[in-house]
Amino acid sequence: MIQFVADGIVNAALIALGAIGLSMTYNILRFANFAQGEILTIGAYFTLLVLGVLGFGIGAMGPVAFGWPLLASIVVAVGTTSIIVLIVDWLLFRQLRDKNASRITFIMAAFGVSLMGRNLITLVAGGEPKYFDFYIPKTFELLPGMKVRPDDLAIVAIAVIAFIILFAFMNRTSMGRQMRAVAENPTLARINGIDVRAVIRWTWIIGASLATIAGALLAHNTQLRPEMGFDMLLPMFAALILGGANNLYGTILGAIVVGLTEALAVYVGLSGYRAAVTFLVMIAFLMVRPQGILGEKE
Amino acid sequence: MEGGLSFLIFFLIFASFYSLSSLGLNLQWGFTGLFNVGIVGFFAIGAYTSAILTGPPYADTLFGGFGLWFPLGFVGAMVTSGVAAFIVGFVTLRLREDFLAISTFGIAVSIQLVALNFESLTRGPNGMYSLPRPLAGYFDSSTLDNLLYLIMCLLIIAGVYWAFERMVRSPWGRVLRSIRDDEIAAAALGKNVFAVRLQSFVVGSAVMGLAGALYANFIGFISPLDFIPIFTFQVFVMLIVGGSGNNLGALLGGLVVWGLWSGSDQLIASILPPTIQTQAAAARIVLIGFVLAVMLLYRPEGILRERRIVSREARLPNRE
Repeated sequence: MIQFVADGIVNAALIALGAIGLSMTYNILRFANFAQGEILTIGAYFTLLVLGVLGFGIGAMGPVAFGWPLLASIVVAVGTTSIIVLIVDWLLFRQLRDKNASRITFIMAAFGVSLMGRNLITLVAGGEPKYFDFYIPKTFELLPGMKVRPDDLAIVAIAVIAFIILFAFMNRTSMGRQMRAVAENPTLARINGIDVRAVIRWTWIIGASLATIAGALLAHNTQLRPEMGFDMLLPMFAALILGGANNLYGTILGAIVVGLTEALAVYVGLSGYRAAVTFLVMIAFLMVRPQGILGEKE
Repeated sequence: MEGGLSFLIFFLIFASFYSLSSLGLNLQWGFTGLFNVGIVGFFAIGAYTSAILTGPPYADTLFGGFGLWFPLGFVGAMVTSGVAAFIVGFVTLRLREDFLAISTFGIAVSIQLVALNFESLTRGPNGMYSLPRPLAGYFDSSTLDNLLYLIMCLLIIAGVYWAFERMVRSPWGRVLRSIRDDEIAAAALGKNVFAVRLQSFVVGSAVMGLAGALYANFIGFISPLDFIPIFTFQVFVMLIVGGSGNNLGALLGGLVVWGLWSGSDQLIASILPPTIQTQAAAARIVLIGFVLAVMLLYRPEGILRERRIVSREARLPNRE
């Protein structure tokens, strides 16, 4: 019975890592980024590329079936994915910002980028599933009736470390405070001399970095497919809405709710309807509390 | 000659599914500014509804196979997709516009899962086959049968076009555009922004459902693989290229983009070896995305601009 809690928390860690970027573009750039899923996918494929170049396999850390080669590849992929995302922003979203395009134009452009990105990946890497490396998953009993893999614990630990760094950045550094200021009131922030362009760059970089980590860890757990990130989009959006769209802590809380819900759906035999269950929970939330668990009314 | 004609008829029948969806989207996006990312979801609801209502009974389903007269299937398709739109719209149309986009995306994903997994209703991945084709069998030639179907599609499109033109020229249509252009001003004038948006969203989605029903009954076979997100994207590109806010533009965009799409399909199939055709199909989607990006940046009004529609009473006599 409590097995689904373990599965759900691992799910939640991956969803939350991906959804932070969604939350940041939502609050700072002010649109729902339908291309967020493809950032996960691109991050995962870059990780695969770097792994291939390094040629050490994915390594191991004691019982954990991945080690420094995978972690080092993720670090490199974080850099390359961020560059790609910044190029796309420069080519498309920056121009839309300069034209003062409506929010919906941004959403539509993002939807187009999502589809193009997915097909570009198919074009370059092929549509068939790929794997980082072959490994035999080991499990042990963490609590009575709750089996976990050492890898799962490592994934949750990586996510927690990433969030600690994220919140330290947002709360302690000048750039983090500037980002929060722009999220709060862009005009006032600009009047006070905040470099909004730098804030936008950092928004993309942070979102893309966490998404790359999410994509790579998801790929390690399952497989690489051009649709892998797109399939995560609905759970990520649900996490954003459930937690409260204008609150980063809320996004993580929302991801935990979504992760547990999906694991419960699988546990009760509705694995085919995972995303649909998430959607129903999201709609129910929008009916009762549209501002989310921790959100404030706009 | 016969081959060319029958290809043209086939092409136009398919173009009419897209043009009708694009017309539905135009009411939502072109006139009301509602961003629907789940067009394929409403199209699929319509297709499955008509398949269940008009289709034959299957040994492995628990519900459906009513074999009803096809207009009932079409009406049923509009009702179910309209009801789905009402639920989504009722929950999200009061909120920030992103929420409608996210929820419509969610409904498209969910509908696909239901189609794939709810086997006792939809037969899952096996699909629903032997759906009756309306108006078939009056002639010996399948070309003439298709021509008759095409005429029916064109009549339906003409009817929807006429109705939409009436609607957007009416006071209600002016409220739609005022909401799109300045929601707060519309609310300040005492217009019920939420109700009007919901009406526009439901009517537009019902038309998408009707397009889905026309598709299902023409092809005679539907499976979850027919309803993928690329459809939503195609319809959006059609409307943007044709000119959102212009009903004729919506129809024209459907024809033009479907022409480019199926033309490039023929080209890829004829000049490229089969081994790289998956990649070529992917490249084509990238290209279409590029067209959309360029349109959004440099000609957001599309081929046909939106016409300025002024109330009859407000028109100056010497401008007539």
